[in-house]
Amino acid sequence: MTAEPIARTPTPRPPGRPMLKEPHPTDLKPYRPGLAERLYLPLLGGLMVTLKHFLRNLFNPSSRYTIEYPEQRRDYSHRFRGHHILTTRPDGSVRCVACFLCAQACPAECIHIEAGEHQDVNIEKYPVVYEIDMLRCVFCGYCVDACPEEAIIMSNNYDMAYFNREQSIVGKSDLMKPYTFDEERLGYRPRFPEEDAKRARMRRDAFDLVTAAKEAQAREEQKSAH
Amino acid sequence: MSTLAPTSETLPEVSASPATPTDFTASAGDLAVITATGKFPAGSIVAEEGLDQTTWIVRRDVLFDLARELKTNPATQYDMLLDLGGVDYPDRDERFEAVYHLLSLPRNARLRLKVPLREDDAAVPSLIPIWKGIDWFELELWDMFGIRIDGHPKQRRILCHEGFQGHPLRKDYDAARRWILTEDKMYKPDFKLPEGGDDLFERMAINIGPSHPAMHGTFRLMAIMDGETIAASEVEIGYLHRCFEKMSETHTWNQVIPYTDRLNYCSSFINNVGYCKTVEKLLNVEVPPRAVWARTILSEFSRIMDHCVCNGTTLVDTGGLTNFWYLFQPREEIYGLLESCCGARLTVSYGRIGGLSQDLPPDFMERSRRLLEMIPPFVEDAEKLVNKNRIWIDRSVGISAITGEEAVNWGWTGPCLRASGVAYDVRRAHPYDLYDTLDWEVPVLYGGDVYDRFRIRMMEIRESLKIIKQLLDRGMPDGPYIVDDPHVALPPKEACYTQMEAMIYHFKLIMDGIQVPAGETYQMVEGANGELGFYIISDGSGKPYRIKVRPPCFPIFSTFPRLINGASLSDAIATLGGLNVIAGELER
Repeated sequence: MTAEPIARTPTPRPPGRPMLKEPHPTDLKPYRPGLAERLYLPLLGGLMVTLKHFLRNLFNPSSRYTIEYPEQRRDYSHRFRGHHILTTRPDGSVRCVACFLCAQACPAECIHIEAGEHQDVNIEKYPVVYEIDMLRCVFCGYCVDACPEEAIIMSNNYDMAYFNREQSIVGKSDLMKPYTFDEERLGYRPRFPEEDAKRARMRRDAFDLVTAAKEAQAREEQKSAH
Repeated sequence: MSTLAPTSETLPEVSASPATPTDFTASAGDLAVITATGKFPAGSIVAEEGLDQTTWIVRRDVLFDLARELKTNPATQYDMLLDLGGVDYPDRDERFEAVYHLLSLPRNARLRLKVPLREDDAAVPSLIPIWKGIDWFELELWDMFGIRIDGHPKQRRILCHEGFQGHPLRKDYDAARRWILTEDKMYKPDFKLPEGGDDLFERMAINIGPSHPAMHGTFRLMAIMDGETIAASEVEIGYLHRCFEKMSETHTWNQVIPYTDRLNYCSSFINNVGYCKTVEKLLNVEVPPRAVWARTILSEFSRIMDHCVCNGTTLVDTGGLTNFWYLFQPREEIYGLLESCCGARLTVSYGRIGGLSQDLPPDFMERSRRLLEMIPPFVEDAEKLVNKNRIWIDRSVGISAITGEEAVNWGWTGPCLRASGVAYDVRRAHPYDLYDTLDWEVPVLYGGDVYDRFRIRMMEIRESLKIIKQLLDRGMPDGPYIVDDPHVALPPKEACYTQMEAMIYHFKLIMDGIQVPAGETYQMVEGANGELGFYIISDGSGKPYRIKVRPPCFPIFSTFPRLINGASLSDAIATLGGLNVIAGELER
């Protein structure tokens, strides 16, 4: 928590000293074009610019700035705030404990939760219904910040098109779709001071169902071997 | 560890973070000046102590004379009206308060006037004869609070539609209430046509917008054409009005930040900064240097982006499509940088009260440096295409010209004012963040027309690049990105998982929000369009009591009919592009 002091020139103006050097102008001094401009000559320079861009794009397609969507997509960072994900425990059940913090933090009031009692007394509650109205959502990420369980995170999936309003209310099953656990598609997640290693481990613990299943299987096998 | 070695002998050291507190002391002696004139009876003007800036409580019957005195007295010279907003206190005997914010450009002094009003007699005199720019603010006051404006030439609703009933910012108005606009109630303009228009045959009413690509958002321009020229015109706004100020009153302090993104959505980060700074001032929170540094850099990038959009679209409207592509590429890349910081391109919500929502990405320096190299060629290309191009010069030089004096009277700020020759920039006049530690210029031009507004934005892009370069060379300060105060910022997630105390703070902060102490303050930043001010009142309840935004576009756009009357219709389109009116900010 160190902070370099910033050298600062003191405010050059003592209070009350005039700020503007001159009074507000009452007349206009518009730009006066020179002779060359009146003869349209600088137009040639402009044509050279477009020609340069044209030739470069023609002979060097890799320098083009356009992206051939949807075949090609822009790279987004792993902080992208896209479609939400409800994360799961290693056994595949939802991690959410229905504490309602995300619904409370949501400025758009788009999260609807109905809580139920969990069979496991250590967990207490779970969401029977967890719905997000994607048309109301503003993708601010406040729910992710609010979640104390890392149960709701975001993916970098921004393809959200619906045929009607009913479809836009996304329920628990859609939010828990396994494809979203693909590490490459994860977006905005909880923050940690030490970024990567620890975070990656936590993420793995939370999301990698296949590894978890394999490990569990290996343990079983080991046990049975003994 | 902190090394406190002086960096230079000439530069005295100042404690790291919060920038020089905004200087509001210049107006301290004004009450003595005004009372010495003897024109105002004793007790009609009372100073309110203990606020962030000089505040007077003014009786309504002296308001008009006081305003004229404040403007014309050479010792006060309040030549600009910044903002007019209302506040509703249902428990008070005098229920409403009209709050005027004045600025004296020559003296760099600020003054706030409060006029208490009773509900049964809620009216203020119109100050249009003194500051023309107050016109729409007064209409807004009527629309939002039902405070009548005595002597206003055309009292009508401005942001809400004509079918609306009640006044939304009154505390007893339910925020969820909706009204339907039927066709018979729609606003019908009545034009004051210039005298002597005998050739009525040539006159034609023309309507552009609200949904028209040239209107940059949703405005409606109604004009009476006399052949090719506009004989009379009027604009109708409010199509994008969300009553953000009312909605803020129903949300916690941090939940307002996504709303501020949607003010000027071309440079949403600057709005975040402006709002957060105001609340930080109320909370008396010191923002860590790393966050201040990042805020300054990203604000400047946002400004570049905004200017690119404005200039690009202006040129599209006048027929120069190529510039649009050249100028939009820097914007795309800056969006990429913002996205890598916070996860969204347009509505960033990156600022938080006390700092930023998350740390800067590890490759921030690299990406910023790459941007610094990448932006100038595009700007140069665009300039080569048009700056000396006679086609563009003919379309823009002398179009909708306005002198500096008149622009100040209309309440203009920002690049449009600087194009008219008045070097007012909040970053220089009231330095905040790191701006007073940097070497940069306030560009000024004197044409006051579309051409100079275009050029000044290009010059400002260069100045912003200069600022960013200096900050990058200075290096990223270490330390936290948000203030380490569990009453303001959420504790780190890790602590939240492992420590009971952090968990409790986490829950408290989300369930109840930040507890901002009661008080009121005004803080401004230099938005891409001018002075973006937030006047915030807190009653200590965990939600804002009143947020009034001073949108720079609002007074600028109210000048639009004055600028285009007598011009041709195509000039009107070029003018609108040059003013850079952003509907989200204009109508809130």
